[in-house]
Amino acid sequence: MTSGRMTPAGTLADSNSSPLKLFSYFSQNRSEVLSWLGYHAWLSALPVLAGLLIALPLGYVARRYRWIYPPMVTLTGLLYTIPSIALFVAMPGILGTQILDPINVAVALTVYTVALLVRVVADGLGAVPEDVSQAATAMGYTRFQRLLRVELPISIPVITAGLRVAAVSNVSLVAVAGTIGVPELGQLFSNGFQLSVDGPYYPPIALGLVLCVLLALAFDGVILLANRAATPWRRVASAR
Amino acid sequence: MSSTFSWLNDPDNWHGADGILSRVGEHLQYSAIALGIGAVIAFPLGLLIGHTRRGSWLVSAANALRALPTIGLLVLLYVIIAPQIHGRGNAVYLIPTEIVLVLLAIPPILANTYAGVQNVDPAVRDAATGMGMTGGQVLGRVELPNALPLIFSGLRSATLQVIATATIAAYIGLGGLGRFVYDGQASQDFAQRTSGAILVAALAVVVDFVLATVQRYAVSRGVSGRFSRRAAGPADALGANVAQVEVAAG
Repeated sequence: MTSGRMTPAGTLADSNSSPLKLFSYFSQNRSEVLSWLGYHAWLSALPVLAGLLIALPLGYVARRYRWIYPPMVTLTGLLYTIPSIALFVAMPGILGTQILDPINVAVALTVYTVALLVRVVADGLGAVPEDVSQAATAMGYTRFQRLLRVELPISIPVITAGLRVAAVSNVSLVAVAGTIGVPELGQLFSNGFQLSVDGPYYPPIALGLVLCVLLALAFDGVILLANRAATPWRRVASAR
Repeated sequence: MSSTFSWLNDPDNWHGADGILSRVGEHLQYSAIALGIGAVIAFPLGLLIGHTRRGSWLVSAANALRALPTIGLLVLLYVIIAPQIHGRGNAVYLIPTEIVLVLLAIPPILANTYAGVQNVDPAVRDAATGMGMTGGQVLGRVELPNALPLIFSGLRSATLQVIATATIAAYIGLGGLGRFVYDGQASQDFAQRTSGAILVAALAVVVDFVLATVQRYAVSRGVSGRFSRRAAGPADALGANVAQVEVAAG
């Protein structure tokens, strides 16, 4: 917050406030921006992993016991109606944490990720062709082996699609928490907003947008690579 | 929690220019404008892309917009627009907010309308053409009714996102329910902050319920299968949902 003010917004404002000055803004506030970037990456990625771990068993249960599916989908749909900023500020009341504790953001985003992925996992498992499951059973797989070695791998592409949506939207949602003061890239937007009182001051805003988009693209790339590595048979099929 | 309850129960907080009722009105107004503009842009475009099966890159492009952080875009647009507008009431806050909300509303409506039309059983489409329907008739009488469930789900998810995100308009100085969240945060008023959060969630749930009811009566029973208990089971919803997620990730 404070070091951003080091850039004078006086007479030189016009030449210094160009969006292209984001590089010099970055080098002037390097350590702070990098720590925000680190927090931001961590706060977006952790909920995706935690959310996936929670959604896998829930999605399986929703698939295995069909009657659970409709109430589960309705319930997770309801969770999605809670605005992110509302969930961030309500978390301290639920968890007993401080308002600016990053844990609030991580837990809130995990809730969203679970809400999104439970349905995806259940639908992905449901899309496994019946004859494939039967073939696995006929080969002597137990129910658990069948799930782990046949059904889950086949649903990976569907789950990947859900993970990509979750990861990209998390990057955007984390930034919102910056407006109430949680340290991450959203701080760059609050900074730019506060420094623009006497006229537009673009560098921190432009830097924040660029870093957020790069972070989202990086997550998307990692998930796509993981998907590629986890589904080698798809490459063989498409190479023919 | 009890302080939140008494804040919500205090009649003084409900009435007046900055009371809950007028904030709810503002919030609904911002959301409705954005959803209206977003639907006018995305709905015909989705129908066209789905029907002609051309230009699906537009859907992916709209989805890529989601990577832009909403709050950053809002601040950027405000900073750009603020010096251009002087003394026009709250237009200086309203214009950036509406642009951001419209950009948020377009991808779900576009992707789902497109997916809905495209996922119509080819045999059904062929039958319609075989009966002598023109392209426009096939679209209006066959593809559109069949696509309605997915179109509604796109509209509903756009509505949820827009209502949820309209909260951050208060950050740059606009009204709406976000005022309680940001003002409560600024003055360390826990009850006000949490009440704001609860009110936005409640508003989103109520509006979603209204849309679900509209959907119930707008979608043909032949498509939703509501007359038969078994046909509406998860098996039917399944294919559509998988397709929806895949399109959404584009």
